[in-house]
Amino acid sequence: MAETQRPPRPKPGPLDYLARWPLRLWVAGTVVFLYAPLATLMVFSFNNSRRNIVWRGFTLDYYAQVLQDESLQHAFVNSLTIALVSTVLSVILGAATALLLWRFRFPFKPGLEGALSIPIVVPEICMGVAFLVFFTKVVPWPTALPWPLNLGAIIIAHVSFSFSFVASVVRARLASFNREMEEAARDLGASEWRTLMDIIVPHMRPGLFAGGLLAFTLSLDDFVITFFTSGPDTITFPVKVYSMIRFSVTPEVNAASTLLIVITVALTAIALRLQGSDAGHDAL
Amino acid sequence: MTGRAIITFENVTKRYGRVVAVDNVSLSIDEGEFFALLGPSGCGKTTLLRMVAGLETPDDGRILIDGQDVTQVPPNRRPVNMVFQSYAVFPHMTVAANVAYGLKVEGVAEAEIAPRVEQALKLVKLDGYGARKPDQLSGGQRQRVALARALIKKPRVLLLDEPLSALDAKLREQMRFELTQLQDQIGVTFLIVTHDQDEALAMASRCAVMNKGLLQQVGSPSDLYEFPNSRFVADFIGQVNIFEGRLDIDAPDHAVISCPGLPTPVYLDHGVTGATGATVWVALRPEKIELSGRKPGSEPPKMEDAPQGANIVAGEVRHIVYLGSESLFEVELDGGARVKALRTNLTRWDQEDFAVGQPVWLAWHACSPAILLN
Repeated sequence: MAETQRPPRPKPGPLDYLARWPLRLWVAGTVVFLYAPLATLMVFSFNNSRRNIVWRGFTLDYYAQVLQDESLQHAFVNSLTIALVSTVLSVILGAATALLLWRFRFPFKPGLEGALSIPIVVPEICMGVAFLVFFTKVVPWPTALPWPLNLGAIIIAHVSFSFSFVASVVRARLASFNREMEEAARDLGASEWRTLMDIIVPHMRPGLFAGGLLAFTLSLDDFVITFFTSGPDTITFPVKVYSMIRFSVTPEVNAASTLLIVITVALTAIALRLQGSDAGHDAL
Repeated sequence: MTGRAIITFENVTKRYGRVVAVDNVSLSIDEGEFFALLGPSGCGKTTLLRMVAGLETPDDGRILIDGQDVTQVPPNRRPVNMVFQSYAVFPHMTVAANVAYGLKVEGVAEAEIAPRVEQALKLVKLDGYGARKPDQLSGGQRQRVALARALIKKPRVLLLDEPLSALDAKLREQMRFELTQLQDQIGVTFLIVTHDQDEALAMASRCAVMNKGLLQQVGSPSDLYEFPNSRFVADFIGQVNIFEGRLDIDAPDHAVISCPGLPTPVYLDHGVTGATGATVWVALRPEKIELSGRKPGSEPPKMEDAPQGANIVAGEVRHIVYLGSESLFEVELDGGARVKALRTNLTRWDQEDFAVGQPVWLAWHACSPAILLN
């Protein structure tokens, strides 16, 4: 019996290249370049050496120091407060803007849509300088306010750039809304307000989550704009870290940064989980 | 039908910019009817339906529901409910919550809602599906949810926008039957929009045919099919052969029309209310044409209800479309015109074995053609 001849292997298509070694190497390289610095930062946060250049053994001392460092803690609480408040505000403002742009036609609508992307495209340094001038010359923000009111200027600055991210994300989400759904609710007896809360907002939810997450992380790690708008009492975590490394990169900085990374990743994971339980309906 | 009018359109007009979507429509729909709005896409039928629901406002005219002028009443305060083309089932709510939604916004007590939801789901044969989410349902089931959700509100009129267009052929057939049965059972007036003439003929007790925003004809399905009032209606509903001709004789008991496309005159056993010499159109349905074999050179047989030489033409089969239950023959006449004739496949193979190129006689009765004046 004649041996059945195997058909020649088809030439690999573009999606098959991942199986080839040069590409694997490329992927490996990317991963190394992306994550090696982060890994180093984390590993050296446990390094038992002030100079932090050579590995001198494992210690948790610097974590203890970070957790006892009041100014660092203060900066951290400031950062979280600013991030939380500005996220809530930008989600509300962004969602309202997205609804406005999606639902209504009005004069200068393209103008507004364009203006919305300005905070996204303008270099942050310009925004920072602009806010500095604004809050010192145009609308001087009182510096002697009690906490957390003294964070107001930073919060306003953060909202002003992050709400446009929220608006874009939610606007994109709304594009997939089936208008018949809204009409069905109206037809079944719901008022316009009820329809908004019962039907449209639930549809927006994944966008609100994604936008909120974006706003939160943008605010939490913003340095440039915050640097220009913060005063001596309103130091945020990134600004504090910056001031620490001006003297030297100590394991304390590493430890603080590691904590920040862990917290951000954890919060992101929680948010994604919450959103995931909701995402099953997107198919409809 | 002499029911009470439940929906009345009085000179309703709707424009979108320069386009007139609905053009001065006056129409009355009686209580308990299964009424179909039929027409090609863009004819204004959906706009008319949406104006009943309150989702569009007429530019001119009035709409009455149950004698009440509702022209300016918002959709949430109208005694009608709608099944949308996309079903518009709320994806973030369970089936039961979807069905209950209309009662909930109305403020009906929770204790009353649950049994009514169960009853509504039973009505559409979805009992036991209450806890499911819409993404766990098939298209047909989602449609039933939309139906139950609308019917639970006990509407005076149920509006259905192309309800069957998204279902596959078999399911569509079944839903046609179920919808008519449901309507019999609950007695609510159904107003349905469809572009599918089969659907309208099969389900509706009365239809309105629309074209370019104008109402073309209103009548029972058989009226529309057998007695169309225009070439548009004749052509839109079912298949038809249309010949332009001249009214030669118009007597009370018979009429004769000569058509350039037909070698023999068309003889009718009834009069036509038209001026002699006027241009008319002869509409002949394919199933009303009898097909028989022809030996070349033979004399045409005489039709029993027409004078010798009328209502029978010679031709040759050019094309055969086998449709299962019947076959459609395209026959070329001596003058070159093509005529469609439909034959039921009475036996499992064609006894006469017509083939392409076969010479045939085409004959029809004197009462079969519909004469159209426009």
